[in-house]
Amino acid sequence: MELYLAIALGTLFGFALNRAGATNPENIINMLRFTDLRLMKTILFAIGLSSIVLFSGLKLGFIDAGHISIKAAYLGVVAGGALLGVGFAIAGYCPGTGLAALATGRKDALFFVLGGFAGAFAFTLAYGWLKANTSLFDSILGGKVSLAETGSKYEHLIAIDGTMLGILLGLAFIGIAIAVPKSLR
Amino acid sequence: MCKYKGVLPWALGGTLLAVAFLSAVLFVKPIGVSTQFVIADAAVWDVINPDIIKENTESKTGYSSPNAYLNKSGGKYAKNAANPLNYSFVFVLAMMFGAYLSSKISGDKPESNQESIMPKAWSDNFGTSPKKRFIWAFIAGFIVLFGARLAGGCTSGHMMSGMMQTSLSGYLFALGLFATSIPLAIILYKKR
Repeated sequence: MELYLAIALGTLFGFALNRAGATNPENIINMLRFTDLRLMKTILFAIGLSSIVLFSGLKLGFIDAGHISIKAAYLGVVAGGALLGVGFAIAGYCPGTGLAALATGRKDALFFVLGGFAGAFAFTLAYGWLKANTSLFDSILGGKVSLAETGSKYEHLIAIDGTMLGILLGLAFIGIAIAVPKSLR
Repeated sequence: MCKYKGVLPWALGGTLLAVAFLSAVLFVKPIGVSTQFVIADAAVWDVINPDIIKENTESKTGYSSPNAYLNKSGGKYAKNAANPLNYSFVFVLAMMFGAYLSSKISGDKPESNQESIMPKAWSDNFGTSPKKRFIWAFIAGFIVLFGARLAGGCTSGHMMSGMMQTSLSGYLFALGLFATSIPLAIILYKKR
């Protein structure tokens, strides 16, 4: 059953990435250099709308709080994000869109994905040393925490009604999505 | 303005993406992609060196590895690499199929051989050599996945899934991501 869901949900996601324009590196580069911000508007709108429906769904009970999964916050999240940003700007691909772009016939995406396998393997080998010798994995503000209360096993940082905060943050993202101009340069 | 062929207007595209992220949480769990690069690597590594993943009744998942990363969280990655036909791995394969399907029914796809090798922003600034583009795409892929694994997730898992749940880690990731990618893109891609 879970594998059928994986096929249905994965297909939907790949379809959506393509229709959002995220599988085209030109759109990513133009977003990052501010010459075409429509993809940024798309992403902000998606995060905002998802937040609103998610927190409403948790409150009304049609989304199971057990499905919430909060990733840990630690120094490496910022450092890794910054590193990822370097490759993101050079290639115009991130891990998901690189694989999806490869499937739409982009040849540079194949080299990106091969580099990705090598980079993931390098990290697999480096992890033990990094963990023992650096403070990259020290958690920040409790690690697996959200800003808004989700009603799940995870702690939250802001002590106001979680549903209200989740919806407010969602509305803020949608507000920014609307306010961002289609291009800045 | 209309080079956005086969792509939905931002509010519609955003809604479709939101439906995908929400459906995943509703039925199973939040979307993530970059872990599967490790799973694929480890599955291949295990074929070359069968000692790298071992069944181990003392471990929480029933699997263990002499590699610290694969052995993390009770051997979770070791277990998934030993059984690649699991939800998260099949999800990523299906994602590729979904993008392929969309591109075949008037979605976004490269419009020329040149565009299938490099985006226009690249050729405008660095010329049309495929070799140069491929080498840099490989280097970028290396950096991106090393960074994603250091961060414990990528744009899908940390930024989209994370920020929709208001995860602190999602915000921190986005901060790091845009702190480097925006200035670098502005410096690299001057000509347009």
